[in-house]
Amino acid sequence: MIIAENITITRSGRNLVKSVDIELRPGCFTVVIGPNGAGKSTLMKVLSGEMRPDEGTVSYHGKNLDLCRPEDLAKCRAVLPQATQLAFPFTALEITRMGAVAHGALDPSDQARKALKRAGLHGFERRPYPSLSGGEQQRVQFARALAQVPKPVSDGVPNALFLDEPTASLDLGHQISVLETARDFASAGGIVLAILHDLNLAAEFADHLVVLHNGKVVKSGVCADAITDDVIAKVYGIGGAVGRLPAVHMPYVLPQSRHR
Amino acid sequence: MRALSLPLRPAADGDRTQQGVLVLFGLAALLVIACLISLGVGPTGVGLADLWAYLTGNADRLTTQERVILEAVRLPRTALGLLVGAGLAVSGAMMQGLFRNPLADPGIVGVTAGAGLAAVAAIVLGNGILAPIALLLGNQFLPLMAFFGGLINTWALYLIATRDGRTSTTALILCGIAIGALTAALMGLLIVMADDRQLRDITFWSLGSLGGATYGRIVSILPFIAVVLVIIPFVARGLDALILGDAAAFHMGIPVQRLKKIVIIAVAAACGSTVAVAGSIGFVGIVVPHLLRLAMGPSHRFLLPGSALGGGALLLIADSVARTVAAPAELPIGVITALFGAPVFLFLLLGKNGASMRDLP
Repeated sequence: MIIAENITITRSGRNLVKSVDIELRPGCFTVVIGPNGAGKSTLMKVLSGEMRPDEGTVSYHGKNLDLCRPEDLAKCRAVLPQATQLAFPFTALEITRMGAVAHGALDPSDQARKALKRAGLHGFERRPYPSLSGGEQQRVQFARALAQVPKPVSDGVPNALFLDEPTASLDLGHQISVLETARDFASAGGIVLAILHDLNLAAEFADHLVVLHNGKVVKSGVCADAITDDVIAKVYGIGGAVGRLPAVHMPYVLPQSRHR
Repeated sequence: MRALSLPLRPAADGDRTQQGVLVLFGLAALLVIACLISLGVGPTGVGLADLWAYLTGNADRLTTQERVILEAVRLPRTALGLLVGAGLAVSGAMMQGLFRNPLADPGIVGVTAGAGLAAVAAIVLGNGILAPIALLLGNQFLPLMAFFGGLINTWALYLIATRDGRTSTTALILCGIAIGALTAALMGLLIVMADDRQLRDITFWSLGSLGGATYGRIVSILPFIAVVLVIIPFVARGLDALILGDAAAFHMGIPVQRLKKIVIIAVAAACGSTVAVAGSIGFVGIVVPHLLRLAMGPSHRFLLPGSALGGGALLLIADSVARTVAAPAELPIGVITALFGAPVFLFLLLGKNGASMRDLP
């Protein structure tokens, strides 16, 4: 269980995050939604230990985050960043292998290969990272996170996956695949926190939704409670959009999980 | 000798561990050959059989003259070349990792200039205001001064050119030019203050040479290079992770700020101490890591030890050429490394392989 209490981050006089409480429970896929600049990425940075809050505390399984060493933290949580560019031609396998090394794998290359397979990148092992497309690069980074925490639970302690816009440059099929992998991780007892912009994907996959607006939690709960006309109108400024079908002659595709 | 069949393609499974080990062995062999060339070649040639006899403790085969040449001239020069080459190449490779930019090189971005300025200050002011420190430190005065000169420039460069953990090539090169200009101005001031003997010493620094090799110089540079080589296994994984960015490196358990401090100090130590004993020798720090990335991939696990071996080999071969090509005159070694290095550098910038300008942030 990862608990953040009363988190506040202030930069140049502006509250990026203001008095936020959030609980990430094992077995639960938590999704944060909200408009640009709502403080989603900042909140994730605080939860992953990258940024120290100006006020408030974060604890991992009862232990204060400030007391955790980076190398110990790396063994129990992995982070998928937004787009990363490299100036050096590492292969997809070598990137993924770094995650496996951070996990302390006995055979990091083998663990990296398995992670690439899980991310649907079998056959991409030798491809230089800079030559991959944006979506492929994102999936390599996802594989690196999987290689860092290959098991949802180790020695009875749940591991965590933090995904910052994991679907940003992916096609529909891969969006679903990545989120399914993340959901499986949660179902098996792991902790998953994802930032998503696509409300349909959020509704489809989240066990728990947190709506962030101007650095504050506007709504927190199951999807049916969080995605309502009221909330969407307040946060995004679009009224009456929930459940409204497009005009009859307009085809639309709603992203949905394969196994349901 | 696999290092010569460039560029190698990654193994089918994308894991270049075996390839890295193979190239390291190839480089070690190349280094041995370079050492033999450096010991054997010169106005008085020493044959391979004689060299072998000498090195295996059977010195009687050699004439007295040959023995004196080997012991007083060639051995210290070869040892110094080895240390200087290793130091230059490793400091280049580490700097490129730190700045996440394959164009970072202590020579190009002004770190060598800072170390040279401090060395010149040591020469000019060593009898004046810095005399107490000079007396206290003795033989280590010059390399320590050069180390601090390099350290100040590296640190300044990092603070100025890096924003949010990213260093753009433009900022890096422009800052290097600015720092270099400032350094050159200060150097000019010192030159005006210098007397004739000091001017000769200063000229030596600006050209770069292994000509002044003595056992004393080897002893003064050895601790610096030894420390830098020893930390390689401890920083290699961190530098790899750092290529993905500060945040990603932290997420993978790397204590980022500590790693950066260690690497900055190591770069200054390697660069400063080599400048103190051999002057500024350009392009080794950028060409060797570049060629090695083509042969073994960019992972610092192999790149850093490979740079130590390859840098030593390259410098010994360059020095052998410098000594023989215009004999009895001796060319400055910086001329040779630049003649070889600058075109390779350009080729790497414009070529399809490795990191070209297009890939740079």
